[in-house]
Amino acid sequence: MNAEIATEFDTEGVQKNFMFVNRKAPYGSIYALEALEMVLISAAFEQNAVIAFIDDGVYQIVKGQDTKAAGMKNFSPTFGVIEMEKEDADEDPDIDMVWRIVVERDSMEQRGLTAEDFSIAVEVLDSAELADLMNAQDVVLSA
Amino acid sequence: MSYQLHGSTFESDEEGYITDISLWNEELADLIAQDEDIEMTDDHWEVVNFLREYYEEYQIAPAIRVLTKAIKKKLGPEKGNSGYLYELFPYGPAKQACKIAGLPKPTGCI
Repeated sequence: MNAEIATEFDTEGVQKNFMFVNRKAPYGSIYALEALEMVLISAAFEQNAVIAFIDDGVYQIVKGQDTKAAGMKNFSPTFGVIEMEKEDADEDPDIDMVWRIVVERDSMEQRGLTAEDFSIAVEVLDSAELADLMNAQDVVLSA
Repeated sequence: MSYQLHGSTFESDEEGYITDISLWNEELADLIAQDEDIEMTDDHWEVVNFLREYYEEYQIAPAIRVLTKAIKKKLGPEKGNSGYLYELFPYGPAKQACKIAGLPKPTGCI
C-alpha cells in the first residue's frame, strides 16, 4: 500500500546525462514509439536528456503526418509532450533537469527538410557538434 | 469485462478500461465511476475533462507526474498536487481518472 501512495521519487544524486538517438522512420517498426516512451519515462525521474533525430529519424517529427492508409496510430502529437517537458525544465526553477531536442543538419537537408517542417522546436547541429555532444553524455541509447 | 448502459454493451479490458475510446460518453463515465466507488463531482469532472483534452492533443494518457504538473499549470497549485488528486481518486489519480475518462491505462503504474 505504501508503494501505491508514494508518488514522488527521490532521485537526488542519481541524475545522469542521457542521449536518445532516434535513427529510424516512425512507422514500419516499433523502435520510434518505444524510444519515445523511454524519453518520457526519463522525464519522470528528472534526468538530463538530449533527444536527437538523425538519419530517417528526422521523419518522426515532421508536421502533418497521416497514418490512415497504413492503419497505424499517428503518435507524432506525443512528441509535443517532449517539447512541453523541455519548456518546463527551462522555465520552472523547481525542475532540476536540462533537456535539448536536436536534429542533425545533414540528415535534415538530405531529405529536403528544414527546421520549419518539424512539429516541435529543434536545435539544428552539424555532425561534429552532435559528436561532441554525444561524447559528453553518461549514457547514449540508440533506436 | 464490459459495461451495460441502456441495453448497449461497452467492451472493456480485464481492468475495466473501455476498448473503444470513441464510444465514450458522460453517462458511461458515471457508470465506470460507480464501479470504482466514486461519486462524480465538478472537481472530478474537471480532472476527467482535462485528461480527455490532454489525450486529444498528445494522443497519450499522462503519467501521474505529468498530470499533477499540467493541472498545477492550468488549475493552480492547490489542485496541482498529488494529495488533492488522491483525495478525488484514491486508487491512483492517473489510473482511475483515465479509466473514467475512457482512455487507455497510462504507462508509469499509478
